[in-house]
Amino acid sequence: MTTIPMAAEAVKNDPVLNIAIFGAFVAVTLFIVIRASRNNKTAADYYAAGRSFSGTQNGFAIAGDYLSAASFLGICGAIAINGYDGFLYSIGFLVAWLVALLLVAEMMRNTGKFTMADVLSFRLKQRPVRMAAALTTLAVCFFYLLAQMSGAGGLVSLLLGIDDKLGQSLVIAIVGVLMIVYVLIGGMKGTTWVQIVKAVLLIAGAVAMTVWVLALHGFNLNTLLETAVENSPNGDKILGPGLQYGANPLDFLSLGMALVLGTAGLPHVLMRFYTVPTAKEARKSVVWAIWLIGGFYLLTLVLGYGAGALVGPEAIAAAPGGVNSAAPLLAQALGGSLLMGFISAVAFATILAVVAGLTITAAASFAHDIYANVIKRGQNADPAGEVKVARRTVIVIGILAIIGGIGAQGQNIAFLVALAFAIAASANLPTILYSLFWKRFNTRGAVWSMYGGLIAAIGLIVISPVFSGNEKAMIPGIDIAIFPLNNPGIISIPLGFLLGWIGTVTARTAESRALAAEMEVRSLTGYGAEKAVEH
Amino acid sequence: MTDPTTGDSSRGIDYIAVDESERFQGLRRLQRSFIFPMAAFFLLWYFVYVLLAAFATDFMSQRVWGDITIGLLMGLGQFVTTFVITMAYVSFANRRLDPIAAEIRDELEKAEARS
Repeated sequence: MTTIPMAAEAVKNDPVLNIAIFGAFVAVTLFIVIRASRNNKTAADYYAAGRSFSGTQNGFAIAGDYLSAASFLGICGAIAINGYDGFLYSIGFLVAWLVALLLVAEMMRNTGKFTMADVLSFRLKQRPVRMAAALTTLAVCFFYLLAQMSGAGGLVSLLLGIDDKLGQSLVIAIVGVLMIVYVLIGGMKGTTWVQIVKAVLLIAGAVAMTVWVLALHGFNLNTLLETAVENSPNGDKILGPGLQYGANPLDFLSLGMALVLGTAGLPHVLMRFYTVPTAKEARKSVVWAIWLIGGFYLLTLVLGYGAGALVGPEAIAAAPGGVNSAAPLLAQALGGSLLMGFISAVAFATILAVVAGLTITAAASFAHDIYANVIKRGQNADPAGEVKVARRTVIVIGILAIIGGIGAQGQNIAFLVALAFAIAASANLPTILYSLFWKRFNTRGAVWSMYGGLIAAIGLIVISPVFSGNEKAMIPGIDIAIFPLNNPGIISIPLGFLLGWIGTVTARTAESRALAAEMEVRSLTGYGAEKAVEH
Repeated sequence: MTDPTTGDSSRGIDYIAVDESERFQGLRRLQRSFIFPMAAFFLLWYFVYVLLAAFATDFMSQRVWGDITIGLLMGLGQFVTTFVITMAYVSFANRRLDPIAAEIRDELEKAEARS
């Protein structure tokens, strides 16, 4: 095979070309963002893009929001090196969308306005429930942001040929500043357009590479797998599960739970449902998202094994950027530095778009839930003042994300994302499902479930091997790793559900029956839901 | 209402009566009769798959033909069931749920306009 010289060649690349392509992307999207921002007047414009997107557009934006650097670079790399075990990630990420489609999306759209807390506090006591929901939202967004920002730094070493810490920190700062600019100017509308453009580019790039890889193997998946097996030091072990998780199957079960139950609790995904005018459009957007995301993950299967076959797992692991470099290296092997430049720019765009979506979600949650409804108690609520607070929050979150991203450099992206999913599944999903489907559910149940799930998920991570106790851990110097699993989901998710149930049955105070009836009627019929804003 | 963000209940609609009405309860039953069994099915099938991948690696690594393994086929099967359930739900919701929901919503809007 000719893979070895190809791989050696692959490490050479053209930073100037990469920067030029990335610069072009920034220029085009910035132009779109400025155009889109002309109509940003009210809070509904800023947070929910005036509810003016169609289901199809929103479906692309959801795909753009969801297919983060962890999905694209992380899964391709995991499949290239560990084969089948990388594929397991994609399945969890995709099947999770059925929870969103069947149980959450439409009813959420019908009962909420801007944030997840709108739905959770609909029929319960406003302040404690909103506060808890806002804190879990901020926690999930923060870990997800850290993952994306540290991913940005790691990518740079490969894509732009910058591998010193200062250069990487500078790039993280640039990504952060660009994101602040996008979100400040464009609000939800600008952010959505960036995500749509990015989704189209990412999927187009992946389709082109997949067709190319298959063409090189006579359009025969089996031939591709044979070549990948020949080139892997693990031989045909890459065709079955066990390479990555064989040593600890319980850990894998825990991860699987977090992945499938996390998506429907991710606040930045939930917030996207408010950008469409009706529940029917929300349904349509999830359907589009499922087709796009599912199709994309099928492509990553070919791309991952293709990178294993054409570049080789050893060359990928040895490249700067390590596992995450599989997709760009495959692009290099196929189409030279032009294609690699394009794929690299798409990877940057991916990080930028996801980070912008997270930032606007966190800012909306702080301004709408904590500032307007908890601090100001919803009294004389002034939407213009609220948007002003949201904009300031964007700047604060941007700065925190830059600092956190610089601090988290070199951390495992997949671990941080899996942690965000575990928190979302433990702290958010139980309360969302209980509020939508269980009339007796009450404030105590909601508060216990949200804080309990949040504390359990974060606490278990702190005493897990990913935080301390070995060389790869976040803090290798100390050893407080008494919990044996990398992902807390298997304990913290059932705990979140259990606490919600115990809290509910032990509370003596009854909640308003009228509000419970109102929520149920509105969630199913869409009566009283906010319509699109006319301009 | 003291709460400005959730809908205003001052529109003079007796939600408890609507909630308890035969037609609304029928809609609720119809929706749940589809989504609950479907959710139970796909979660069960997903966890069976995850458990097999975690604990029965030898079984999942068996080749069916060429380099295509049972694990790969089951994984692709997860994609297929996800797509099929999605289409089934959309068709069910469009045909069965939407007309009843729209009817109740129209009546509520008329009642609101009268009050």
